[in-house]
Amino acid sequence: MLSLYHDARTPVHALPAGVKLSILVAVGTAVFFAGSAPVLGASLGAVALLYALARVPARVAWRQSAPVLPFLVLIVATQVLIAGWVVAALVGLRVLVLVALANLVTLTTRTSAVVAAVEAALRPLRPLGVRPERVGLVVAMTIRFIPVIKEQADLVRAAQRARGVERSTAFLVPLLVRTLRLADGLGEALDARGVGSGERSRRSRASVRAVRTSDPQGDQ
Amino acid sequence: MIELSGVGHRFGDRWVLRGVDLALTERRVAVIGANGSGKSTFARLLNGLIVPTEGRVRVDGLDTRKRGREVRRRVGFVFQDPDVQIVMPTVAEDLAFGLKHHDVPKVSIPGLVDRALADFGLAEYRDHPAHLLSGGQKQLLAIAAVLVTDPAYIVFDEPTTLLDLRNKRRVVAVVAGLAQQVVVVSHDLDLLADFDRAVVFDEGRVVADGTPAEAVAAYLALLSG
Repeated sequence: MLSLYHDARTPVHALPAGVKLSILVAVGTAVFFAGSAPVLGASLGAVALLYALARVPARVAWRQSAPVLPFLVLIVATQVLIAGWVVAALVGLRVLVLVALANLVTLTTRTSAVVAAVEAALRPLRPLGVRPERVGLVVAMTIRFIPVIKEQADLVRAAQRARGVERSTAFLVPLLVRTLRLADGLGEALDARGVGSGERSRRSRASVRAVRTSDPQGDQ
Repeated sequence: MIELSGVGHRFGDRWVLRGVDLALTERRVAVIGANGSGKSTFARLLNGLIVPTEGRVRVDGLDTRKRGREVRRRVGFVFQDPDVQIVMPTVAEDLAFGLKHHDVPKVSIPGLVDRALADFGLAEYRDHPAHLLSGGQKQLLAIAAVLVTDPAYIVFDEPTTLLDLRNKRRVVAVVAGLAQQVVVVSHDLDLLADFDRAVVFDEGRVVADGTPAEAVAAYLALLSG
């Protein structure tokens, strides 16, 4: 779901995000009750047909799914050792169907549509104090900032390697500092872009800046 | 007009700005100063991201302490690092985000997004993940996301610091072409050469205020002194 939307005009793309997510939840539940290889194989075939209907090129589907394969291999290998080949094959098929379908939802649904669907689903909970817009924003920002934090982690690793440190437990501290700075800047940006009153975040930022006053990189 | 009267600000026990009295009436105002001179705090005071510890900041008569939300709608802010400013996963979604939070009618948003994408040469990146844009494209997106909400004033906090020469020139051209009043905080003296006014900060105080040539001369004298 890291914003890998593949644009096309197809019935799969046109399906509302809420419907796609509901189908994903329903299928995800059903495949874990399905105990026969033919049923799971047919499910996988149906998902493949949906990929064709959505006109997702094979290389795009592969690029999206490839990172999951090592985990799939690990799960199947563990199941072979614990429960034997038959159960391992069933588990592998279940995971494959679920991952393929989830990736199809990702490829055919804009993040904004997913966020709108989450907000719509949470709206009945508003009387209980749930703020759907805030939850939606958190979902969107999580998707946006996972790659940004990964970039920060890569930078910290590169800086440590440049200084001759290949592996260090001190990796997490600079990453945490960078992430907190990012969060601080992000709070400001949200205020500047019209989200929230700014009062609460200003107070928290004042304390962060007070800590930063000895920071030679922090321009005041 | 943006007015500051008797403005001071401190973080903890440390004063980072003192005794700032300015009325920003010119269309393009530059703010320069060394690291730690208080210029970034000054920039954040202008749209109420920070409220002053003492004194008042008013935008069109609105006090940033009392009417912060309205002030931020009038004063757009472009951050030095676009990665903190872009909050949505894709280019078009980020442009739509600001509009949604400025209460622009839903039906108008797609058209405004399309126009901003075209104006900033980002149309082909409409559904592109923001984290995969180049540094220059990210900065252009950050500027576009502010401009699309049609603010009366725009504050730029070192908009070219993280850019290469080519992207810097693109951003400079965009800033030069803006109809709004702009306040640009920058170390980049070339960027400010044809501004209407430049203000120099040092140790939290305004030490020079005049034409860019005068201000740059004062700044360079300060650095060499």
